[in-house]
Amino acid sequence: MTQKSVVADRKSGKTHYSGAEFLLDALKKENVEVIFGYPGGSVLPIYDKLYSSELFHILTRHEQGAIHAAEGYARITGKPGVVIVTSGPGATNIVTGLADAMIDSLPLVVISGQVSTSVIGSDAFQEADVLGITTPITKHNYQVRKPEDLPRIIKEAFYIASSGRPGPVLIDIPKDMAILEGVSTDAEPKMDLPGYQPTTKPNYLQIRKLVEAVSGAKKPVILAGAGVLHAKAAHLLKDYVEQQGIPVVHTLLGLGGFPAEHPLFIGMGGMHGCFAANMALSKCDLLINIGARFDDRLTGNLAKFAQHATVAHIDIDPAEIGKNVPTKIPVVGSAKEALKELIAQNGKKPEIEEWTTQLTKWNEEFPLRYTHEEGVLKPQRVIQMLHEKTNGEAIVTTDVGQHQMWAAQYYPFNKPNSWVTSGGLGTMGFGLPSALGAQLADPKATVLSISGDGGFQMCLQELSVIAEMNLPIKIIIVNNGALGMVRQWQELFHDNRFSHSIFQSHPDFVKLADAYGIPGYKVTTEEEASDCLDVALATDGPVLIDFRVKQKENVFPMVAQGKGLDEMEGV
Amino acid sequence: MKGILSLTVNNRPGVLNRITNLFTKRNYNIESMTVGPSEQEGISRMTFVVDVDDEAVVEQITKQLNKQIEVLKVHDITNQTIVARELALIKILVTTQSRAEIYSVIEPFRASVIDVSKDSLTVQITGESDKIEAFIELIKPYGIKELARTGTAAIARGMQIAPAKSATIV
Repeated sequence: MTQKSVVADRKSGKTHYSGAEFLLDALKKENVEVIFGYPGGSVLPIYDKLYSSELFHILTRHEQGAIHAAEGYARITGKPGVVIVTSGPGATNIVTGLADAMIDSLPLVVISGQVSTSVIGSDAFQEADVLGITTPITKHNYQVRKPEDLPRIIKEAFYIASSGRPGPVLIDIPKDMAILEGVSTDAEPKMDLPGYQPTTKPNYLQIRKLVEAVSGAKKPVILAGAGVLHAKAAHLLKDYVEQQGIPVVHTLLGLGGFPAEHPLFIGMGGMHGCFAANMALSKCDLLINIGARFDDRLTGNLAKFAQHATVAHIDIDPAEIGKNVPTKIPVVGSAKEALKELIAQNGKKPEIEEWTTQLTKWNEEFPLRYTHEEGVLKPQRVIQMLHEKTNGEAIVTTDVGQHQMWAAQYYPFNKPNSWVTSGGLGTMGFGLPSALGAQLADPKATVLSISGDGGFQMCLQELSVIAEMNLPIKIIIVNNGALGMVRQWQELFHDNRFSHSIFQSHPDFVKLADAYGIPGYKVTTEEEASDCLDVALATDGPVLIDFRVKQKENVFPMVAQGKGLDEMEGV
Repeated sequence: MKGILSLTVNNRPGVLNRITNLFTKRNYNIESMTVGPSEQEGISRMTFVVDVDDEAVVEQITKQLNKQIEVLKVHDITNQTIVARELALIKILVTTQSRAEIYSVIEPFRASVIDVSKDSLTVQITGESDKIEAFIELIKPYGIKELARTGTAAIARGMQIAPAKSATIV
């Protein structure tokens, strides 16, 4: 019910509303476009009200699919993805998604049903301590104790999820709280969050320090992370970079924040980053981190990371500053506000021609590369072809592993909000459902769901939703018959002992697609790949393509664990 | 080193779980923890004594605690002049021979006997952790039947004289 209808009801004398009514009313006020969910016993009262509501709900085929879809939606729109699941197993099935959203800072509002308050703690049917389980993997969580608290709780949840450093918020609603009626007040609910005041505006003195450090730097580099994207500051980053002429390295999750085709873009850094980017991070004298969290896959051995650099770190989360890397110039604030201020300062441009020339030279000398083999379909080539055929303008979603690294390497992005990947948690099964959410968030976009043959099978039930809604997602399986990254590590670090990393059997993915009513193709050569992609991209609906690629292909270059970024192998 | 954090939190369900969970999640070692109502209604004060490698860790804990929605304010009082107190209840085995001797140990510590039975004495002692530690060491040879400690409660002194270098508990 809308605000209007509440008022109308009030006129008709209705002053009491059930928790479920309060909930749906509040979701409408937050302009929720889509809910991903799965009903069950404890949320029946909510689903009953949903039956007669205009809210748009998508029934996924697994709760994990629902939450990953919501993550994909959140990553593209920047708005909280909304999920409803039932108590017990419904709620425990979203634990992976919550942890994923927490570590990758994705805004979610998750409603979980709970058994009635009278039986909480009695090991009732489908009872689980969801507050306890989700505490370390949510930005905040609530359990509803009074139905009339719901308008305030929902308002707070959306605010907490989407402000400051975004993250998931869970609201546990006992069944009786959804049924029980509370008195409605006309007043707009007041948030009660005295302990939550995220800082967005940076400290002026720190900005001045940074401006001065930049003007005197000989070898500066910007490390841009997903914070730039969350703050919708990609255009400001470009303006600042062009004003100061500082080269840019991206983290995995930051890709798209700065145009890949820009001459000042060096590449992605980290374990499978490019040589020049990692050398830039190793040899710089000023490292400006904007919205990245110095993850271990990015820094390599911390003792060898940016040893000669003054480190400046702009982050909306003060706890990230100095957490892993000692920081000389801490700037607490959003990437947007900080970049605005930096541009306004218009500091003296550093003279760094020698440095940028060196970086360009490294990139020319040691580009990303792989060898072409006659009659063999290379996974890197598949990604390159996807890039060519979509003019690099698609939204790409991935799981985790080799295909993810190849996608990051060989599908350069020129615009923000194009890249949906599970970075921090490294969640297999993320790609397909998140593509569903991404496509709903941007219905006109070409969405490529890229998975390996392992991860694809972890959430493939969502093919059913994709088929049902005829979402034009192009489902790419980079099929090497193995858990490629595990296989690679076993080859490199475990003496070729391929323990449980090579699949003995697979279903026929083409027939599987057919069973869901989705056209499917198997591709084994480059020529087939080209033709097939043309057909797929011209199809107005989902298509699945099973690319049979070389099993023994490894992701290079690589920084082995424990090594410094300047000790890359396979350059 | 020991770090001392004093924080005010909303007294709401699940808050304690959220905060202790954070210590587990981030692998911080809690040495002691106290919680109770503060001077404001609905707000609790917690005092944590943590065992950490260096001050950077205390800073990180402070920041992580600050991120919790229900945490209102975190004070790192490690390097401030503070008043800190802990209470311990100790049930000590006594014999007719040792009784007088134990009394002589209790007296200089300004501990008080709050329960007496035929073969035991229960002593209440308050003070800083070190003092209680010392008392326990002294009393151990007589035989400790039971021991309950509260953990440290601490607040900064009203007047801060030159900042102390280490965690001096006065």
